[in-house]
Formats: sequence, C-alpha cells, structure tokens
Amino acid sequence: MSHLLKKVSLAVVSACAVMAHAATLGPYAPVTDARLSNPEASNWLMYRGNYQGWGYSSLEKINTGNVKKLDLAWSFSTGVTEGHQAPPIVNNGYMYVTTPNAQVIALNAVTGEELWRYKKEIPADLLMLHNTNRGVALYGDKVFVATVDSHLIALDAVTGKVVWDATVGDVKALSYITLAPLAAKGKILVGSSGGETGIRGFVAAFDANSGKEAWRAYTTPGPGEPGSETWPAGDAYKNGGGSVWITGTYDPATNLAYWGTGNPAPWPTEGRPGDNLYTTSTIALDVDTGKIKGHHQYHYNDAWDWDEVSAPVLIDTDINGRKVKGAVHAGRNGYLWMLDRQPSGKIDFVNGISYVYNDVIKSLDKTTGRPTYDLSKKPGMGKAVSFCPSLWGGKDWPPEAWNPKTKLFYIPANNHLCSELPAADEAAYKKGDLYIGYPIDGVLGSLRYQGGKKPDSIGELQAWDLNTGKLAWSHKYDRAIWAPLLTTGGNLVFTGGTNDRKFRAFDARNGKVLWEYSMPSGVTAVPSSFEVNGEQYIAVQAGWGIDAERMQAGINTLNNTKTAVPQGGTVMVFKLEK
Amino acid sequence: MKAPSISSACHGCAQKIACSDVDRRQMMQLLATGLATSLPFMATQVHAESTVHLLVDADAEKDFAPLRPNDLKLGKPLLVFPFDAKAGAPKNESRLNKLVVIRLPEDQMTPETKARSASGVLAYSGICTHQGCEVKTWMAKESVLACYCHASKFALLDGAKVVSGPAPKPLASIALSMNGEFLAIASEVPPSSGQPS
Repeated sequence: MSHLLKKVSLAVVSACAVMAHAATLGPYAPVTDARLSNPEASNWLMYRGNYQGWGYSSLEKINTGNVKKLDLAWSFSTGVTEGHQAPPIVNNGYMYVTTPNAQVIALNAVTGEELWRYKKEIPADLLMLHNTNRGVALYGDKVFVATVDSHLIALDAVTGKVVWDATVGDVKALSYITLAPLAAKGKILVGSSGGETGIRGFVAAFDANSGKEAWRAYTTPGPGEPGSETWPAGDAYKNGGGSVWITGTYDPATNLAYWGTGNPAPWPTEGRPGDNLYTTSTIALDVDTGKIKGHHQYHYNDAWDWDEVSAPVLIDTDINGRKVKGAVHAGRNGYLWMLDRQPSGKIDFVNGISYVYNDVIKSLDKTTGRPTYDLSKKPGMGKAVSFCPSLWGGKDWPPEAWNPKTKLFYIPANNHLCSELPAADEAAYKKGDLYIGYPIDGVLGSLRYQGGKKPDSIGELQAWDLNTGKLAWSHKYDRAIWAPLLTTGGNLVFTGGTNDRKFRAFDARNGKVLWEYSMPSGVTAVPSSFEVNGEQYIAVQAGWGIDAERMQAGINTLNNTKTAVPQGGTVMVFKLEK
Repeated sequence: MKAPSISSACHGCAQKIACSDVDRRQMMQLLATGLATSLPFMATQVHAESTVHLLVDADAEKDFAPLRPNDLKLGKPLLVFPFDAKAGAPKNESRLNKLVVIRLPEDQMTPETKARSASGVLAYSGICTHQGCEVKTWMAKESVLACYCHASKFALLDGAKVVSGPAPKPLASIALSMNGEFLAIASEVPPSSGQPS
C-alpha cells in the first residue's frame, strides 16, 4: 500500500472508530420553546418531563406485561454522598444529572460513558442545610444549573464549559438554591431556599443568552404592594420567608408560570398576625414581566412549617363532573387541592380532600376552600402543642404524578406521623443564623406517632380519581417514604423512597407491585424515562440523605432502632433484558 | 506551615488556622484527636512562641471579655472564637474558627476527655464535620451535642465521638488550660493512650 494511501486509510479507520464510539450521539439538538411545549416522547427535557408537571412518559415498550424483565443496563458512581434528588435529563442521548456539591455530570445515555463533568467551587465556610440539587434546565445549546451558594450557571451542553455565571441571592444570608431552573420563552427562572434563615422569598428570571437578570418577584409584599395588608406594619416581610424551592409549572398558552411558596418565617405566628400572603400559596407569574397575576393560598398564617412548594400540576380534565383547567396539588397540609386556573392568572378553588390524618384543619369553606383550624393544634408561645400531620406534612417536596391514560393522580404520602413542638422562643433575626423560633433540641426530637402508637403503615402510594374525588387505590408501606414519582404509558408507576433501598414498579391501574430492584443506596430522586434507537430506558439516581435521613433518625428515636441507610450516589439505568 | 496533612487532618478547622500565624503548639492539640502517629518535625519546634489564646463569645463585636469557667452555666454550650491576648483581637477571620465550649461534670468525662478540660470546661471545634453547620445544641437527656442541620449527635464527654447521624468524624477537640482566672487554649498536648485515626 502506498504511504499516502496508508495514511488516508488510517485516518478513515480512526475517524470511523470515533464515529462508531459516538454513534448513539448525534449533534446536540438545540432545545427550543416549541420542543419544550411539546416534548418528544423519547426525551425527558425538564424536571417533570413536561411543562405541566405530570411526571409522565408516554413510552410504553416497558409495560405491565414485561416489566418483570427490567434489568440494569449500566450504572455510574457520582463520587458524592448525601441526598441525590435530580432526575436524569435526556436530550437525544445526551444525559445530564446533578448531584450534591454543585456538580453536573454529562453522560452518554446508552453506554453510561462520561462526556464531561462540571463542579462549582463552593465557599469553604458555607453552611449547607440542604446540600442537594434537583436537576438542570435545558434551553438552546446550553444547560443551566442553580447552586447551593446561590448562583445560576449556564454551561455549554456539549463541552460543559461555563458560558455565564450569575449571582442570584445573598449567600451570607443563607439564600441558596436547590431546585431545577425553569426554562421558558427565552428566560431561565429560579427561586430561593432559606425560609429557615429568614430570607425574603422570590422568583427571579434571567435572560438565557446573556445571564442578565430580567425581573424578580418577591413572595412577601413590601409596604403598599398587594398583599401587604396581610402582614403587620414594619419589617416582618423582609425576613418573612415564602421561599421557593421546587420548579414551577408553566402554561405556554397563557405564558403563566405557577410556583409554590414556602411557609413564613419565623415559625411561631405571634409576631406576624394576618394571612401572610403569599406564603404557603401558589402564585401565577407572567413570565415576561414577573407580575403576580393570581394566587391561591392553601392555608393562612402557617404555624406548622408546612411549605407548599410543590408546584401545582396543570391538568385539563373533569373535576366534580365539569371540565376544569386544573391546577392540582397534594399539600404539605394534608389536603389534595383541585384549583381552576383562569387565563387572567386568577386561581379559583374547586375542591379539597383530606388525604392523610389531620387534626389541625377541621373543614374547608365550600366556595373559597379557606380552612378552619382547631386552634388548640396551633403551636406557638406559651406551651407545647402536638399536631398531625407532622412538620413534613402529608407529602413533602417529592412530586406527585398524573397519568392521562389511567386518568389517575398519584400522591406519595406519609400518614399517621405527627409532631410535638415545645413552647416557642423569642426569635430574633440574625443574618446567616436559623430564624425558626423554637428550641432546636425540641425541633430535632419532635416527631411523634398518631395517638402515640406505632402505626401498621406510614407511607402510602395513593391513586386518586379527580373527577369523583375518590381514592382509586392505595399501596401502604410499613415504613415512611420519600418517593418522587414517574408514571408511564405502559401503565406503570416507578418510585423508590424507602429505607430498604428498593426501587419499585407498580401497576398504575391497581397498585400491584410488579417489579423491584435493590439499589446501592436508598432512592429519593426523581425517576425519568427516555428512548434511544427504539429502546426504552428507566433512569434514576440512588443516593440517600437530607430529609429522608432526618425523618429516619426521628423514627429511629420513636422505635428505639438504629436503621441507617448507606449513602453514595449512583446513576442507575434500566432496560428490558433480551 | 507547609505540611499538607495539617489542613486535611484538621477536619472542621479553618484552612486559616492551618495557614496563619497560629502557634504550632495549638496545631498539635487540634490534631491530637485526628492523627494515628505524631509528627516528629513538629515536636522539635515546640516553644517557638508564647502567644496566649483566650476565649471570647463568638457574637461579641467589641468589648471582648475573655471567658472564665463560671461565665458558663453548667450544660449550656457557647460558641467562641480564640482570642489573641497579645494582639487584643479575636481570631474571627473565618466562621470555621469557631469553637464550642461547655462546662460539664468532670466525673462524667472519660479520662482522656478530662485531661483536655480546664475547670470542667471542654472545647471542641464548633463546626459540624458533616456539612459545616454550627453545633451548639446540648441535649441533656442523651448527653450529646446535636447539630440542628441533620441531627448528628456528638458525645462531648467522650471526645465528641459521633453517636448518630451522618457526620463522618468526631468534632476536633481543643485542650484547654487556665491562664490565671481565664480559660485558654492549652500550650501543651496532654498525654493520651493512643489516638483513633
């Protein structure tokens, strides 16, 4: 062979090797408004799969008939401990996960090969109440991540290089971010955690290309702003909480983003009489301007640490026998809320149903849904008070799911758990310190069982018919669950959440357990599903920690046990064995 | 202070302590709980300086008042900064320099822990070895110092061993001595019967 020919053939061979190696990864497909509004079934382009927050994949190659043949395709150690909560986000075979310690990992979704890794340097003296992250947003040719030191960072989707880095909140005041950003109409939207340290909650929008801040909407109104009449005069609103730490849902038709807001600060209510808008509410924000166009406050003047941050799931369906553009939310406060979203942004109450044992809320107003409280169950100054559900509520941040085929709304609930808080302290705001208002040893040891007796079951995977308001089925667990949900067109619900490290598949129609897998660590992360080259995959991160671990510690104290779930992050991707 | 093992072994202590002008003898105490073997090169450099470090309330911004044992109520922890008596200033460049001090009954302490106490007062790093939150909650029923972030519990009467929770290591212990009527960081490491690694 001539020298030149040899050279050329070598070049061709190596080029072919490179191409075969990257055969499953074509060029990166930019993520557009059109794609986000109508995502391909084969991809998981955002936190809950679609803008409406369904947590639903229409893929059905994996289904009730064959799910018992689901097996591990590949796994990948993230190299980090602590609670992993982010779903694997997939765009045509490019997979992105985030982990604690402000890390983004890009992987080949079929082979599990690492494409690149980004890790933000976090200040050595940062105090991290929740060292976790709930995922990236995709928009254009960039990947967006928000960090625990309150930055929003744009990375090149293919190379992982930083394109821009914006400071969002005051890290010295312990404003921090754990949520996955929301990408909509040229903007990247984030909220802030930090209700425990008395921040003033907000949602902020940044231009996706430049990183410049476009607007900021505060969840606690200042003097003269709408809703300020629900706070005492003075500075209470400045450290009033109303944190936003779960990704909002979005209706492209009206350009409104629906966010859930956290509880007010501090926890005892004596210093903040009034409804305290817009805490423990959902607010509808105009994505262009950030104006609050409507709201519904699930419960007022919160005293129980019941953040209502889970964003309402947008479902156009029959509720109470009529067609409703619904916003549906399983509240921390133990009620399943069905609301009606108007094009103007106004949000009306339709129905509210108690889904766990509740001794705080006695009833709801039939028209407005406003709860009536048993005031003897309201903690504060003066004496210790017990109440149910617990501080973690009927459901904490783990997201619900909606399946348009089964027409069932799924809730990962915890029942029969209560809390007892001691008499409150005088809470003085100090920047960077807790602004809770109860003796901390009392809070740490506050978990109780309903009636003081160990219940037969705690966790409940519930399936609700929104039209009839009836429970279709409920799978009861003998232990607590921190179980974000995935539901699929194959009539399946996938979730983990238990201290036995299992990841399970349920029949979405009747709750039967069809498959389970022992994971390296407990699973409290959001699962996702995607398809490449005609093959469907189920993907989730294992990695226990954060609040699931705190609740387990509380349960250990009640049971006098020492159950400890091993930590350690692993990306686990499953497919059907041949 | 060039040995890289100092910063990394001193888990929970400030990088600043390792790298600034803090007395090498104090570094020895900070490392006392963390090392399996002694560092021979350090032993030869003892007595290089005589800076005294007293303790002041970490929240104090002026009028620093060095603490006496009786300033601490029994069983009530306090976050403090080391206070350079010569310079008249607290070593508060970093939050990570905070120590937690607490007065507890000496007869409840293990011998090694008691050897590091002064007038019944114990001192440990005030920064949780888990995610850096400040540990200051004494839970009397269990005799543990708890971290409010993720409920790690440390047995202060026994070298701040981790009793439960996600913390991977004990809090670093700092030996105290008396400097007249005031509490001070001890200038010499008390003898101990083997260290956990």
